[in-house]
Amino acid sequence: SAPAVKQKGVDTVRYEGGVVIGSDSRASKEYVSSRMFCCMAGSLADAQAVTNAVIHQLSFHSMQMEEPPLVKSAAAIMRSFCYTHQDELSARFIMAGWDHINGPQVFTVSLGGIILEQEFTVGGSGSSFIYGYADAKFKPGMTREECLTSTTNALTLAMDRDNVSGVIVHLAIVTEKGAERQLIPGNKLPVLQRLA
Amino acid sequence: MATMLQFPSSVSTLNDYNALYPDWTQREVSTGTTIMAVEFDGGVVMGADSRTTTGAYIANRVTDKLTPIHERIFCCRSGSAADTQAIADAVTYQLGFHSIELDEAPLVQTAASLFRDMCYRYREELMAGIIVAGWDRRRGGQVYTVPVGGMMTRQPVSVGGSGSSYIYGFVDSNYKPAMSKEECLKFTAEALTLAMERDGSSGGVVRLAVISEQGVERQVILGNQLPKFSTV
Repeated sequence: SAPAVKQKGVDTVRYEGGVVIGSDSRASKEYVSSRMFCCMAGSLADAQAVTNAVIHQLSFHSMQMEEPPLVKSAAAIMRSFCYTHQDELSARFIMAGWDHINGPQVFTVSLGGIILEQEFTVGGSGSSFIYGYADAKFKPGMTREECLTSTTNALTLAMDRDNVSGVIVHLAIVTEKGAERQLIPGNKLPVLQRLA
Repeated sequence: MATMLQFPSSVSTLNDYNALYPDWTQREVSTGTTIMAVEFDGGVVMGADSRTTTGAYIANRVTDKLTPIHERIFCCRSGSAADTQAIADAVTYQLGFHSIELDEAPLVQTAASLFRDMCYRYREELMAGIIVAGWDRRRGGQVYTVPVGGMMTRQPVSVGGSGSSYIYGFVDSNYKPAMSKEECLKFTAEALTLAMERDGSSGGVVRLAVISEQGVERQVILGNQLPKFSTV
């Protein structure tokens, strides 16, 4: 099987008005449309090839519909690629964004072509360390600030434990008004560990 | 297991003979698990889940993975059930003998060293991850971890087993130095519950033990009493 470029930490959560997508420095967040981002994990070669194909198909679809694309359309196109070529691909995606019909949404498209809509999701090699933290922390009905803090904390914890994740946190906040990006450098990350 | 006619998967047969025998007859018994121990001032809190699996079958859903080694020294076992039981038996014997020779209660570090010696010497044959914890008069409550490979190190809080990877983030962010016994119990129960939710090899009930100068107190938290986290 293709050597998977061992991945990073990615963390995405939905709140009332939008979506917060966080990733560490090595992870890839691809800009799909003005209100949609796609995070990739796994074999980056596979992931980039699929993402480019999806962006291409999505832009045609959006022109035909004469309106901005829906997040679930993007996720569905991604899923059909992953399912049709499941034997050859080894990549996992998180498609998140805001659209005018369903508001903020987070979809995860996994190996084999499973698609799941979730309130929040984590992915990448560092993600296994933060499942427990994410399950405990993320509740429905969080505010934007709570989402931002929790996402940053979760990524910091994952980077502390995973040797291939590191250094800085990229955040993208997608709302009706568009996408806002933030970058938190390593020295400004929250200090969460109290083990000496 | 009993005589089985088994073909390697590379040999194709007219019938799928391997499918006639259930998965659990061909798999070793494993305590794929989540174990945890935390020091507090005056003792230690140890916790474990209760699932033992042979492949996909849960051989024992109420396992006790907290094994007494001496009066105030316990160990949490993870990895191969056979290996860890054999090692624990051997160390219990050695430590008991040592304690009689000394004519006083043994140190937790001694117990941990005995585990380490065995796990390191036979590292190629064994698959055992053990957390040794207890109380002694010299250093109070102590937690030592002896993971696969046979290293030994003392830690204020230690997690182990297959479910432990999911709770590193939670443990890192929620551990505070100088917690009380009740806080440690709550912290351990929550961490184990979160791991049991995510890890297929961990589950069942949460078994807790508090070891201090006064002795050992054991608790069980049943499935319906486990702490609940909001599920989406």
